[in-house]
Amino acid sequence: MSWLLALLLLLGALPARAAEPTLVADLSQSRIDISYRFAGEELLVFGAIQYPGGRLPAEAPGIAIVIRGPAEPLTVRQKGRVLGIWMNREAVRFESAPGFYAVATSAPISQLLDERNAAIYEIGLSFLQLSPATAVDPETSRRFQDGLLALRRRAGLFVEQPYGVRITADVLYRARIPIPSAVPVGDYRAEIYLIRDGRVRARATAPIIIDKTGFEREVWLFAHNSSIAYGLLAVGLAVGTGLVAGVGFGRRA
Amino acid sequence: MDIYLPIAEMSVNAAVIVALGLVVGFLSGMFGVGGGFLTTPLLIFYGIPPAIAVASAATQVTGASVSGAANHYRAGGVDVKMGLVMVGGGLIGTAAGSVLFRRLQALGQIDVVIALAYVLLLGTVGLLMLRESVGAIRQIRRGAPPPRPARRHHPLVAGLPFRMRFPRSGLYISPLAPFLVGAGVGVLTIIMGVGGGFILVPAMLYLLGMAAGVVVGTSLFQIVFVTAVATLLHAFQSQTVDIVLAALLLVGGVVGAQLGARAAQRLSPERLRLALALLVLAVALRLLVGLALTPSELYSIETALA
Repeated sequence: MSWLLALLLLLGALPARAAEPTLVADLSQSRIDISYRFAGEELLVFGAIQYPGGRLPAEAPGIAIVIRGPAEPLTVRQKGRVLGIWMNREAVRFESAPGFYAVATSAPISQLLDERNAAIYEIGLSFLQLSPATAVDPETSRRFQDGLLALRRRAGLFVEQPYGVRITADVLYRARIPIPSAVPVGDYRAEIYLIRDGRVRARATAPIIIDKTGFEREVWLFAHNSSIAYGLLAVGLAVGTGLVAGVGFGRRA
Repeated sequence: MDIYLPIAEMSVNAAVIVALGLVVGFLSGMFGVGGGFLTTPLLIFYGIPPAIAVASAATQVTGASVSGAANHYRAGGVDVKMGLVMVGGGLIGTAAGSVLFRRLQALGQIDVVIALAYVLLLGTVGLLMLRESVGAIRQIRRGAPPPRPARRHHPLVAGLPFRMRFPRSGLYISPLAPFLVGAGVGVLTIIMGVGGGFILVPAMLYLLGMAAGVVVGTSLFQIVFVTAVATLLHAFQSQTVDIVLAALLLVGGVVGAQLGARAAQRLSPERLRLALALLVLAVALRLLVGLALTPSELYSIETALA
């Protein structure tokens, strides 16, 4: 039965798709290597809009570009004053929060999409679905989510650029997304959305890998795979440096 | 020059970290302490995650203490028997401390406990040292000879069973007392990333009543071993030792320590103790202010990995 359903869907979609423009997308790099000199990077996302029959529409379309990092569960804690001291009091756990999320659009999101569509595609920081796992009222979870957003924005891990996408001659688009040095490693995805009349008309995705390379990667693997040897090496390094410095300075005196 | 730290997963200015190591090393060489009580808060202030700051500071303290310990050992300033008893206690303390550390981390209270522990310990020790050193300086001004500290262990220590002889320290006391002192400092090492010299030295002098000539050497002996074990524990249990960060700190630290040791020879011990007391109190005060003032960030994020 499912093939029949698929066929019906395909038939239904074909005429509509033929009338819609499509997206071509590319990235300045599909792999970001973190080496010892890594101090952040700028990712260039660019491409073109292909209109059916090559006819430009009367009204320029909007573009939204989302770069999404690996999601992980996390806990957000809020400090409160206890006996004059600030300490963590309430906590809310979120099941899936991206370690990095950047959205660049050709116009403010509210002008491109209505809330329903923005939420479906998770376009915009305030439309991220973080799945709170702690049983709290929506107001509280909203408050903690805002706290999380503010922290990650300041760290450069959550980015929103309302006019970050530049569209040239209604055909070419490009955006520069800043990647900070504290970016988590993992599999990333660039999502490009073509938006018209408040709805997503076309989308394209491209994978990005951010990973440590060379020495940094070896150190990380060493620390996690043979942690005892790593610890011994750290101690040996400390003892060696200390003794060498002691001897070196002792002789000069 | 920016360098990416593979474990902390962030880039830092290498020159700033080396300079930090140099300053801490200078002060630690000058005062004969490991300097962890300065490194850990400064690293956290710089933005290094607390767990990684604590673990990597412990590694640096090993390096900062080892040449001092070796010098004292050659000069006969280490009571090895006493040191081993304290190291034994230290191992128990680090093991217990790491359980406590993870429990507090799960509760989300590790940061406030670290800060409170610093305020209480540094505040108390700083005030005691301040009183003692000011008193000594006044006595010298009046022309009296510097008072010799009463060489007598605390009544509590005298009451403990299984007495043993520690000839180097000139003591006949129960090994339980130094064992417990070592254990207490071991807990601090694992939680705060400090060697604990600022607690050990007064405890050995005033609580155990050890001969002054072996106090610093024996405390350094214990610190080298216990911080080394702390590094191993952190590396094994939580992979929080950043070897690149530790190496940067060590480069500055060991050079600074040697320079500090030179500088110390030009100052009288009373003035050195007064300066250390003021430094310790300043750190305690800074942390206390941090706890009491409304923080700039009310929220904090904890990922499963950290």
